Amino acid sequence: MERRSRSFYLLAGFFGLFVLFLYGPIVTIGILSFQGPQGGLTFPMNGVSLHWFRDLFEEQAVGDIWGSFRRSFALGLMVMVTTVVVSVLAGLAFRKRFAGATVLFYLSIASLVIPSILISLGVGLIFNQLGFRVHWITSGFGSQLTWTLPFGLLIMFAVFNRFDKSYEEAARDQGATPWQTFAHVVLPIIAPSLLGVALFGFTLSYDEFARTLLTAGSYNTLPLEIFGMTTNVTTPVIFALGTLTTLFSLAVIGTFFLTVWLLSRRRKRPSDAGKGMV
Amino acid sequence: MLRNRNLVGWLQAAPLATVLLGFLVAPIAMIVIVSFWGATEYSIYPAFQFDNYQFLFSSPVTYTVFFNTLKYAAITWAFTLVIGFTVAYFLAFEIRSLKWQIALFLLCTIPFWTSNIIRMISWIPFLGRNGIANSTLISWGVIDEPLEWLLFSDFSVILAFVHLYTLFMVVPIFNSMMRIDRSLIEAARDCGANGFQTLWNVIVPLCKPGIMIGTIFVTTLVMGDFITVRFMSGSQRANVGRLISNDISLLQYPSAAATAVVLLCTVLIVIAVLLRLVDIRKEL
Repeated sequence: MERRSRSFYLLAGFFGLFVLFLYGPIVTIGILSFQGPQGGLTFPMNGVSLHWFRDLFEEQAVGDIWGSFRRSFALGLMVMVTTVVVSVLAGLAFRKRFAGATVLFYLSIASLVIPSILISLGVGLIFNQLGFRVHWITSGFGSQLTWTLPFGLLIMFAVFNRFDKSYEEAARDQGATPWQTFAHVVLPIIAPSLLGVALFGFTLSYDEFARTLLTAGSYNTLPLEIFGMTTNVTTPVIFALGTLTTLFSLAVIGTFFLTVWLLSRRRKRPSDAGKGMV
Repeated sequence: MLRNRNLVGWLQAAPLATVLLGFLVAPIAMIVIVSFWGATEYSIYPAFQFDNYQFLFSSPVTYTVFFNTLKYAAITWAFTLVIGFTVAYFLAFEIRSLKWQIALFLLCTIPFWTSNIIRMISWIPFLGRNGIANSTLISWGVIDEPLEWLLFSDFSVILAFVHLYTLFMVVPIFNSMMRIDRSLIEAARDCGANGFQTLWNVIVPLCKPGIMIGTIFVTTLVMGDFITVRFMSGSQRANVGRLISNDISLLQYPSAAATAVVLLCTVLIVIAVLLRLVDIRKEL
């Protein structure tokens, strides 16, 4: 092993500080959410208890946390499935260089960099003027897609730029229809990346705030509910909630990586393809 | 054949196009239309008047707030660039096994998939009057009484921006760095370049696309933000996003729309300038 240079240790130190900067605050509220019943929003710890977690389960203390969690979860799943399907289709479309592809590409990029409050305001205005009621299932859902779809599309670009076309050609040469080529050749190859698209779709929707603000209607999603709490809740109960929803996000991310890992392990095993023929 | 290819392509692109038309193009068109409308205290009515723009451009607040917005964007950009580049450099060039590179890279990206609001809230125990930063500094004897400017100030706003958005620099720059042919660096060393010369004359120019993409992300996210500024400044600072959201909460939609149009133009100009310098599609 080559000896490490001095710059390695300097940069490693910098990296360590960066990771501390990223995770320090969230770990702190994780610890503080175990404050005793008399404890405040910062250290010192006034005893250790589960008091604030228990509070989360009492309606009066915090409002409609669980309802908003269920809505965010359902909306996250809706956005996830839609993002995967629409991104794959669009990714396939862009490979064909159809007329108008450039415009659509720039629209997608615009969707990513446009200030979120414009989407929120514009969609809200349209729904009002048309006399529709804003609701998280309709206006909220569409607004969130403008944030998740560009990410999905960019991932699909990255995937198809690295895609070896000879697999498809081989399938075609053997007489596969376009649908068979897609279902039995293309799809299995890009499947792990689709999990990535799904991860983006779900988590970005689950945590989305600005685009949902004016488009969720009278029922709040979880981030809206949490933001509402910041103005009137001054106890560590908000830390407890933050800890729980962060743990939930981490569990989702963990599930995703576990699945990818299991998939890649299965792939490495020698295939039994063709054995049935003998 | 060409016709057929176009047709299938259009069909496959149709869902994306529909969503973008319905929830991106139409809302923006609506905002532009409403920006010419009039408003009473309770409702808005169709009109074609320039009152909203006139009011916007005649108010000194507008200029202060736009300046403030650009200031946040510039400062945040500088910090995220330096930190992001350094982190990406460490991952790409100092870590030698791919396994560790991926693991440490993921360590940096995981917070992106958690809630921004919670990540903002999590600064309160640190920066508050009796927070960790103040009590630590006092116990070290650096200061005698708590610093007031840690929370609810420009400082906390920019700190939160850097905390939330550095990742948007790390990822594209790391991506650019991983594509650099390692023999180029060897060649630079063989030609007698020292570490700094290699960095400045070889690595930085090759990372330019990544830096540009990161820059577009960070500047547009900061310029369009309203919630970070509101929360981290305790409503004491303003940027354009807050101007819009204040108008919205007062039901002054036409005025909000006019501000939104001006903000959109500002953002688009910034992006147009940046896009001249790089072709995003080639970099994925």
